[in-house]
Amino acid sequence: MQNLNTSFQAAVNMVLKLDPLLLETVELSLQVSLTAVILASICGFMIGAALALSRFPGRQVVLVVLNALMGLPPVVVGLTVYLLLSRAGPLGGLGLLFTPSAMVIAQWILVTPLIAALSRQVIEDLSFEYRDLLRSLGASKLTMLLTLLWEGRLSLLTVMLAGFGRAIAEVGAVLIVGGNIVHHTRVMTTSIALETAKGNLSLALGLGIILIFIACFINAAISISKNYVERVF
Amino acid sequence: MQRFRFQKIMLNAYSDKKLHFAIGDVAKASVSHDKSILPLCVDQLSMIKNGQLLLDNISFKLTKEPITIILGANGAGKTLLLNTCHGLLQPTRGTVVWQEDDFNRVRKKQAMVFQRPVLLKRSVAANIDYALKLHGIAKKLRRKQVEQCLYLTGLESLQNRYARVLSGGEQQRLALARAWSVGPEVLFLDEPTANIDPPATAAVEQLIRTFAKKGVKIIMTTHDLNQAKRLAEEVLFLHQGRLLEQNSATHFFDHPTNPIIKAFIHGELLW
Repeated sequence: MQNLNTSFQAAVNMVLKLDPLLLETVELSLQVSLTAVILASICGFMIGAALALSRFPGRQVVLVVLNALMGLPPVVVGLTVYLLLSRAGPLGGLGLLFTPSAMVIAQWILVTPLIAALSRQVIEDLSFEYRDLLRSLGASKLTMLLTLLWEGRLSLLTVMLAGFGRAIAEVGAVLIVGGNIVHHTRVMTTSIALETAKGNLSLALGLGIILIFIACFINAAISISKNYVERVF
Repeated sequence: MQRFRFQKIMLNAYSDKKLHFAIGDVAKASVSHDKSILPLCVDQLSMIKNGQLLLDNISFKLTKEPITIILGANGAGKTLLLNTCHGLLQPTRGTVVWQEDDFNRVRKKQAMVFQRPVLLKRSVAANIDYALKLHGIAKKLRRKQVEQCLYLTGLESLQNRYARVLSGGEQQRLALARAWSVGPEVLFLDEPTANIDPPATAAVEQLIRTFAKKGVKIIMTTHDLNQAKRLAEEVLFLHQGRLLEQNSATHFFDHPTNPIIKAFIHGELLW
């Protein structure tokens, strides 16, 4: 218990003193996860909207597969991306393995199905409400799609938040494709795993505190922006 | 007390003087049609869903002049018929033919207000602006038109409010303002007062009369006999998916011949 208290105090000190290694790790984590979530949102919203508005044979199968992909095991994704990007792999020539880009790709693959499946549900619910109105006003398919995305913006923000939560908390895939190289590909989750194994609990706890703080901060920011959007627009 | 005061304010807002100003600029151009899309001819229209016959061989012709009320009990097929005429649903059999052949022009000359107002998650003004934008109105012109539509419907003080927090009556007036803003020749109204209180109903009915006076063909559904008496110039009576009668309102209410219509007018249960 005393060890835990000491570690916690040391962790708080590191956070308050803005320890350079800590900041570097946090910065890279945010860069990787935010990039992955933004890319996944662009793809996920388009896939979700297209699935919500279209009807084709086999659609139900696609939806089942998409929903199943939400639970994609990170280590499997990590391994697949590793095989693709390794020197012997088809994309080995790009030289992306053990770089932040490889970590972005792995997180993007993990988060896209989640965002696509959740946004499909949001947009489909909205389309039941708005379809007749938009058709009555003469909206084209594209206009309808863009309108529904805009009308669902608050719910879609929450979907993005869920995607960000999955990305920032992910450890297996980024560990495999990033290699957890200090000053290069070390992010908060891989660092916590490593420092815990080494017995350096203060750094692991410090990163844990920051991870929780980031989650709370982003939730609060989205909640405030939701209220703002509702008031202003 | 408050309710009566509200009603008085509402009715004052629709005084002819104000309406003349408001309508003059907003939709005059679009209401003064170059070529009418009317008459509307519905011929042997049937609708079958899940093996159930919902509309049965309906034929009628609607001309430009009167306010047409499609009357009938719940489940008679009024909304289905209205949606089919507006082009939101395809009939299983039969045709809906307008005078105009150009589909896009026919679509642009119609607007619809739904039973439950469907409002976008934007401000009151932005809801009207959206409809105008879809109709290709330039941004410069839109602002003025939005203001005038809001003035017409008595919503100008609420223009920056989030549309979804308005009262039921205000939401329905906004839906009417949005439909009116695009300058329709034909306005489909699906039980527009079904979910609102009497003062708000009076305000909506006043707007409907005003639109009709300005040359918009009103095709409205209702199950409310008194409302039909107040508004109708022509009545189509639907019963269990069949059109039992199309007649002038006077003839329909004063000389009903069909026993089902007689029963409906006398407030007897039809089912």
